[in-house]
Amino acid sequence: MAKRVLLIEDEPNIIEAISFILSRDGWTVHTHEDGTTAMAKVLALPPDLIILDVMLPGRSGFDILRDLRATPQTAKTPVMMLTARGQARDRDLAQRLGANEFITKPFSNADVRDHVRALIGE
Amino acid sequence: MAIDSITGTRIRDRRVDQGLKQADLAKQVGISAPYLNLIEHNKRRIAGKLLTDIANVLSVSPEQLSQGATPAVLDQLRSAAAALSIQVELARTEDLAVRFPGWSGLVVAQAQQLAALQDRVRVLTDRITYDPELAGSLHQVITAVTSVRSAASILVGGEQIDADWQARFHRNIYDDSVRLAASSEALIRYLDTPDVSGSQHQTAPVDEVETALAAIDYHVTALEGTGRVDIARLAGSFAPLGGTALHLMTRFLQSYQADAKAMPADRFGVAAKAAGYDPVALSREFGVRVDAVLRRLSSLPGAAGHPLMGLAVADASGAMLFRKPVNGFAPPRAGAGCPLWPLFTAFGRPDQPIRAEVALSDTAGQRFLCYAIATPVGAAGFDAPPVLHATMLVISDPPEGSAAPIRAGVSCRICPRQTCAARREPSAMQ
Repeated sequence: MAKRVLLIEDEPNIIEAISFILSRDGWTVHTHEDGTTAMAKVLALPPDLIILDVMLPGRSGFDILRDLRATPQTAKTPVMMLTARGQARDRDLAQRLGANEFITKPFSNADVRDHVRALIGE
Repeated sequence: MAIDSITGTRIRDRRVDQGLKQADLAKQVGISAPYLNLIEHNKRRIAGKLLTDIANVLSVSPEQLSQGATPAVLDQLRSAAAALSIQVELARTEDLAVRFPGWSGLVVAQAQQLAALQDRVRVLTDRITYDPELAGSLHQVITAVTSVRSAASILVGGEQIDADWQARFHRNIYDDSVRLAASSEALIRYLDTPDVSGSQHQTAPVDEVETALAAIDYHVTALEGTGRVDIARLAGSFAPLGGTALHLMTRFLQSYQADAKAMPADRFGVAAKAAGYDPVALSREFGVRVDAVLRRLSSLPGAAGHPLMGLAVADASGAMLFRKPVNGFAPPRAGAGCPLWPLFTAFGRPDQPIRAEVALSDTAGQRFLCYAIATPVGAAGFDAPPVLHATMLVISDPPEGSAAPIRAGVSCRICPRQTCAARREPSAMQ
């Protein structure tokens, strides 16, 4: 059974592109657009990997990451952060909060695909 | 030393500067050299025709010899020295102004230019570093670029793609390119501001509201009467406000209307003067909260003989929710202001009014009398995080108080005080 990737991102066209390339790579992709209800979605699924945008409506990706690491069921789930803010302090914060990877927009499709393979590939 | 007691000194300095011997000057004005010597050592008073004759020989006006520099020039020179906290011979300021009026004028002009540049730096720093509008525009551009890049990579990747998906990605690229064009244009409009010191192109809604209110001196005559006023229609009359700016204006007018109703103009202006503009006394007299009194005081028209009063309202994050600038008081509107202002210290003592005198550290100690209070907003609820707004009234150039004023700046970037416990970052003015 294909591993599940949950993409939490609010930009429809980016959702479509990432979903397409990861689906074509063999992953089962689920998507969610709202920060406030993201934790409920994670717990209901649960995914093998979470791709998490920083700037989301309702709650920031950093807040969600903090909750993920504080919740026993999701404490070890790999998380890859996506953000348009490539500043060093954001990267530092993501690492301190326990993100496994951090890529900045505009990223290449190959970057996304390679990181996903590295995190949950066989 | 009395001003006219150093007339002799000025004569001597001028004479020496011009390489004229005492005997020669004395001869030209028809007096003896020993008598001129007594005059030059301030042992004989001098006036009238003799002063005029000496002034003519020295090519200056008699007033320059007898009165020295004007108080205004002396103040400007002292201000120039104080602005940069540099040790100078302050006791000899008049000497400088009289002996070197041209150089003195240059020092004053440079100090004024420096003050103007400080203001420009503050505005630019405000716009570029802390402006959420700029950050939002950049985020939109980067998001659209990411989407275009990702979709385009899929289409040119060389792998077989279903026709429906191809059409979908083509459409996405087109949509994103339209969005990118709009975002880029907005960004260029925002940055392409020809003049940030005066009649600048306004982009932030709060700027638009501030400009509209400044045009009426923050005094809304339509809300000072007893008749009913349609706030939505009144807000709409401040053309060309729209969107967020219109919303902010509507909120301001609603608050103004409530304050004016609780503190009617005919009584409030008189009561404010009688109370010496004491907000707590007025709060008791009208039975309203202190923050409402502060807002109401700031709306009093200067033309009616009230002092110049500014206002600032901030939330606990430091974001400026409203501000009415006044002579030298213009806090950054997007945060990063000086935390020493009572506006921010009030958050440490909610509901407790604060009265403090503040002297600006970067404009030669211009003083303000400040009244501030932090008050909770929203409905009360158990275990909810406290939400506070602080309101500060600023009265420009008050009579000198007995206590030493708080030395504060506008923001660290343009404050010359290096040894300040509140400093966050190095000053750009050094």
